Amino acid sequence: MSEPEIKVGTTSRAPSHRAPMAPAMPGGRASSSYGLSVTDDIDARIWERIKDHPCFSEQAHHYFARMHVAVAPACNIQCNYCNRKYDCTNESRPGVASVKLTPDQALRKVLAVASKVPELSVIGIAGPGDACYDWRKTIATFEGISREIPDIKLCISTNGLALPDHVDELADMNVDHVTITINMVDPEVGAKIYPWILHGHRRYTGIEAARILHKRQMLGLEMLTKRGILTKINSVMIPGVNDTHLVEVNRWIRDRGAFMHNVVPLISKPSHGTYYGLTGQRCPEPFELKALQDCLDGDVKLMRHCQQCRADAVGLLGNDREREFALDQISTKVEFDTSKREAYRRLVQHERRDQLAAKLDANKAVKSLGSWGALAVAVATKGGGRINEHFGQAREFQVYAVSPKGINLVGHRKVEQYCLGGLGEKATLDHTIVALDGIDILLSSKIGDCPKKRLAETGVRASDAFSYDYIETAIGALYAAEFGGKPAMPTALGPSN
Amino acid sequence: MAFKIIVSQCTQCGACEFECPSDAISFKGEGYVVDSKKCTECKGEFDTQQCASVCPMPKTCVPA
Repeated sequence: MSEPEIKVGTTSRAPSHRAPMAPAMPGGRASSSYGLSVTDDIDARIWERIKDHPCFSEQAHHYFARMHVAVAPACNIQCNYCNRKYDCTNESRPGVASVKLTPDQALRKVLAVASKVPELSVIGIAGPGDACYDWRKTIATFEGISREIPDIKLCISTNGLALPDHVDELADMNVDHVTITINMVDPEVGAKIYPWILHGHRRYTGIEAARILHKRQMLGLEMLTKRGILTKINSVMIPGVNDTHLVEVNRWIRDRGAFMHNVVPLISKPSHGTYYGLTGQRCPEPFELKALQDCLDGDVKLMRHCQQCRADAVGLLGNDREREFALDQISTKVEFDTSKREAYRRLVQHERRDQLAAKLDANKAVKSLGSWGALAVAVATKGGGRINEHFGQAREFQVYAVSPKGINLVGHRKVEQYCLGGLGEKATLDHTIVALDGIDILLSSKIGDCPKKRLAETGVRASDAFSYDYIETAIGALYAAEFGGKPAMPTALGPSN
Repeated sequence: MAFKIIVSQCTQCGACEFECPSDAISFKGEGYVVDSKKCTECKGEFDTQQCASVCPMPKTCVPA
């Protein structure tokens, strides 16, 4: 199979007159430079803890990969959006896993992946089932992994019901990142999402079930916060059920010290066989999701780069390599080599300094223009913070908003690959055009004249003039050209003729 | 007096094995099976049968 697609350090066009970087001293206050994005101002110690975690740091997801091991299939809650019975290998959604692993199998797979994927920095247990409920398997897996690869981060995803029983053990095992799925704080709403729960060897239904779950979730979150464990709250946005209610959820979790809030859209098709899929519950539209995210953007950092990955995903977010590491293809004796991992980490450190400086420069320039203009820019990227993906090869575009507030990632749009076997499919291009609704400018490493022209007709200006540049550098230059009064790079977006 | 699992409906989530107080459920071959010699239907231990109580699929853990 192909080598990891991420490449760092291929080009560096960032200007040489950069200010030296502020060191991330423990206890010190890093300047905004060490934040999740340039507009954030977070503690240097927190940055140290999230900088290699692709789910907790948007910036890290360009460099680091995660792997989910499906070792804990048993679950103590039925959710209306979940059905663990069906798994199609082409599906990428939470709860779906091709094979369940025993803790021993999981360890072998982790070692095999860690040897081949130097980007791997996080091992998570994220379903199907609940890591805190099926606890014996979770703990056996984590103990094996941390013994073999001490530098790897461990994290779990849980519904929170059994969480309070295991917070102390999580802290003892150095699990530093926990995700809790919290969809409601009002049991009336909860009763529409959870048909039943199992708690204390008894099944509860309706409002009573939701009330118990709510209490346990809040208790678990408070206990984690007290121990300094970083928490991400996932909330599934279900139109007409909890969409407006999530504002209230956001307030509750903010008051209890949650680090990050990730609102994910409901995924529901009749073929998934879930309650919502069968009852025709609709999924939110991208604009609805964005509107909700915009109104939640407060004290708790919002995650905007979530890919809603499989319960057995392997690799970088957006580039699942799960199928390369099927259990039957892994030999029983795995040689674990750490040299690649170490070399990769040094490379990333260097590249990151470079990219961060470029990002800061670009943001400073944008803010200094004093303009009120705003642009939505879609970028085709394979990672590393660069414009390094061909338009026709892209499976998704990252969407950046640039305004006087700076340059910020605001989401991603999934598309079908336009170029298959060298030929651009017209119908696929039509879909891509729909997906790019509302985008002003599209940047990719390469784009053909035909799609470029079609995009221009729909109001999207496409360019490959910034090929392999840092994303923020390119967007900053575009913004200056558009709103700065003087064209910074006149050739970049000239008429396509 | 024992329960059984309808294999065709089972999602193989494993929650029943985990909850069974009599250690009567195990994964064999294609799916989970109840050892009828060990199954007590949770009598004397719980008000409801634990496997049926935790099973996400309706009518999948049923009296044999």
